[in-house]
Amino acid sequence: MKRSLRDIWRWSVLLPALVLALPVLVIFASVFNPQPDVWQHLRQTVLADYVINSLLLAGGTGLGALLLGTASAWIISQYQFAGRRVLEWLLLLPLAMPAYIIAYTYTGMLDFAGPVQTALRAQFDWRYGDYWFPQIRSLSGAIIMLSLVLYPYVYMLARSAFREQSASLFEASRTLGLTPRQHFWKVALPLARPAILTGTALAMMEAFADYGTVQYFGVTTFTTGIFRTWFGMGNQVAAAQLAAMLTGFVLLLLVLERWSRRKIRYYHQGQRSNAAPRRNISVGRQMLLLLLCLLPVLFGFVIPAVQLVSWALSNYQQTLTPQFGQLVWNSFSLAAMAAVISVLLALLFAYGKRLRPDVLVQAPVRVAALGYAVPGTVIAIGVMLPLAYLDGRIDLLAEQWFGIRTGLIFSGTLFALLLAYSVRFLAVSLHSVEAGLERIKPSMDNAARSLGYTPLQVLQKVHVPLLRSSVLAALLLVFVDVLKELPATLILRPFNFNTLAVRTYELASDERLADAALPALAIVLVSLLPVILLARSVDSSLKGKL
Amino acid sequence: MLYLQQVAVAYAGHTVVKDISLSLAQGQIGCLVGPSGCGKTTLLRAIAGFEPVAEGCISLQQQPVSNATVQLAPEQRHVGMVFQDFALFPHLSVADNISFGLLTASKATKAAKVKQLLQLVGLPDLGQRYIHQLSGGQQQRVALARALAPEPKVLLLDEPFSSLDTELREGLAREIRQILQQLHITAVMVTHDQNEAFAMADMIGVMEHGLLQQWATPYELYHKPHNRFVADFIGRGVLLPGTMLDSQQVQTSLGLFRQRYVSSAKPGDKVDVLIRPDDIVHDDSSGITAQVTDKAFRGSHIMYQLKLQSGEQVQCLALSHHNHAIGEQIGIRLDLDHLVLFPRS
Repeated sequence: MKRSLRDIWRWSVLLPALVLALPVLVIFASVFNPQPDVWQHLRQTVLADYVINSLLLAGGTGLGALLLGTASAWIISQYQFAGRRVLEWLLLLPLAMPAYIIAYTYTGMLDFAGPVQTALRAQFDWRYGDYWFPQIRSLSGAIIMLSLVLYPYVYMLARSAFREQSASLFEASRTLGLTPRQHFWKVALPLARPAILTGTALAMMEAFADYGTVQYFGVTTFTTGIFRTWFGMGNQVAAAQLAAMLTGFVLLLLVLERWSRRKIRYYHQGQRSNAAPRRNISVGRQMLLLLLCLLPVLFGFVIPAVQLVSWALSNYQQTLTPQFGQLVWNSFSLAAMAAVISVLLALLFAYGKRLRPDVLVQAPVRVAALGYAVPGTVIAIGVMLPLAYLDGRIDLLAEQWFGIRTGLIFSGTLFALLLAYSVRFLAVSLHSVEAGLERIKPSMDNAARSLGYTPLQVLQKVHVPLLRSSVLAALLLVFVDVLKELPATLILRPFNFNTLAVRTYELASDERLADAALPALAIVLVSLLPVILLARSVDSSLKGKL
Repeated sequence: MLYLQQVAVAYAGHTVVKDISLSLAQGQIGCLVGPSGCGKTTLLRAIAGFEPVAEGCISLQQQPVSNATVQLAPEQRHVGMVFQDFALFPHLSVADNISFGLLTASKATKAAKVKQLLQLVGLPDLGQRYIHQLSGGQQQRVALARALAPEPKVLLLDEPFSSLDTELREGLAREIRQILQQLHITAVMVTHDQNEAFAMADMIGVMEHGLLQQWATPYELYHKPHNRFVADFIGRGVLLPGTMLDSQQVQTSLGLFRQRYVSSAKPGDKVDVLIRPDDIVHDDSSGITAQVTDKAFRGSHIMYQLKLQSGEQVQCLALSHHNHAIGEQIGIRLDLDHLVLFPRS
């Protein structure tokens, strides 16, 4: 034990892992500092709304994503029709559309002054109050918006699950007297259930974490409540306690997700034969399926993207200014810094796990990687509280000893933001780097060593070239995630520091929808990069399996 | 019972299997063997209803199920099938897998049937297990029980032993044969392993290039192959060149042989004589000798590769204690029960 504590690898993994785990620990620790007055007030007024709306939002979004994702995955995986190959990756496009952007785009299109209602009034000669039109700024509106951009999580996982079911399972059902429809309900769907539930849980986590959409739609949920308690009521501990409650819900989902994944392993045992060939169908049914699969792409990406482009084109003379250049620079440099830090941490953790495969190294890394499940709002508060405390102490000491004020050297600078991003997105980079490292079998190291290479040469000649693509993928994924991230950035950004996401949100909140289009479009365009990467890697990883 | 008449199956205009005619009586077990790509699995899938037939007719119990116009859906044929990868449903327990095909049966009927079948396949206590908790051999038995549960008219087995260890195969094949005979069920098995076919089958069909080369009992197949392909594919052996002296006698480097029936061969015709390793008897007193060029120890026997004085190679299966070194000359004698001749082209 003494030896193992002196081991440099253990410490170099353990310490950063503890720092990354700190924000979530702080949130949970806040529970031990009761705030009876504030909670009395919350309980009497808004707490029930927070709980009910958050649960409805997550549940509704989960259901919507489940239906859209499973249906499109089944069609894509089972039938041969014109345009299927293109649709297979087109269906991933809504991933590039952040929820708050699609929300304000549809609001611009569907509200009273928007083109849809204006056209209706002109067509039927209606006036205000003559007709009923669904209110987009509502809880159900938010559920639809979130479902439209989150269904690809279910779609991706369900599609692989359906494709991996061997052809003989379908044939076994048929020889046992089941029709193809009965096979779907009794075999295909239950077998894909773990994958579908995993995707649904991921979509629900995102729904719990959403801040931009619900804030814009005026739906009170946990995330908006945390903001209100922190900034409106000024009670940071109570905000942290709300955050702890929200995290509790999310962790429940995480348990569900882990539990689903555990069964996937068994469901793939002993099935070695090939996937079923896609079924041929008549031209009429081909058209129908093509149309059905186009709907989510159309509503989840094409229509809002076209609207954004038309807004951006309509006023680029006013919006394409040096200030916009500054925004792009801020966002890109911040995202690049966060990506590099996150990937360096991932490399450190991944190598730590590889070289010291014991619980003392594995466990802290696992805890640190939980951050992806925790909403950005929660992480921001978990980062803010300890850093503000630390800044206060440093400031006090510096004044006492040297007579100078240091100000907010951690909590008021990019440091806080970068720490929050590292917590939130470590899992993304770690997953990618670990997948790459897994391909480098320990026997390859041994082979290179036996051929006369030093460990450093092995790293240089074997690991670096083999890891390059996964490191690049990790950099890209984190870069884009940071670029899209809204609530943590909103809370932790230094004074007068704006990013594309924050500016989009602010302009949209001020109802300057057309002005918000340019920064929004920039985010969407950059977000397309990892979707393309994903479309290609999903394809090739499937090919590798079959 | 099962009756195939000039069946042809085509994929996208390309004929994979053609002109297949065969029949099995109730309770008979048939095997289709052949090298991979010969069309045996395609034929099995056509019987199951997964592939439409382009020509000919497949009938089950006098009822046509596949022909150029009728194509009964697989779920309406009442065929049971055991798949190469077993295709057991991993989300169901063993019992639920077995009762899966009993769509309309009551709970009690299902339970009784499951119990009876588990007993039959020798896994009486495993009903509540899940598939991943079973060994390969156990999965195989569950797959069989599941296919048998709806009491199919015919049972189809697609390379059912290929994913099992070699030691398990023959024992399981014999066991399954006993079960099928006990139930008096008609079955067709596809395999590339002739030993499995010998262990299971009443009738064996040898296929090559989509054609049924011969449909016969195992004994006939081994001893009276119709053509060179069957002779070569089933068992071991070499073809020894010979010359016909008249319509009944053939001269070879191992001596003069006489076949019982009168053939259409004319004197001077070049033929090949099929010599199985068990046709050559090691006999130290024999005047004919051959040189040992290679040997393989088989426990109770030794398989010798011999070079005749004329230069031809033959094989000889000798008892194990007749141990000779490579290079040695040993005496042999030909003990042919009947002649198998193929005209040389």
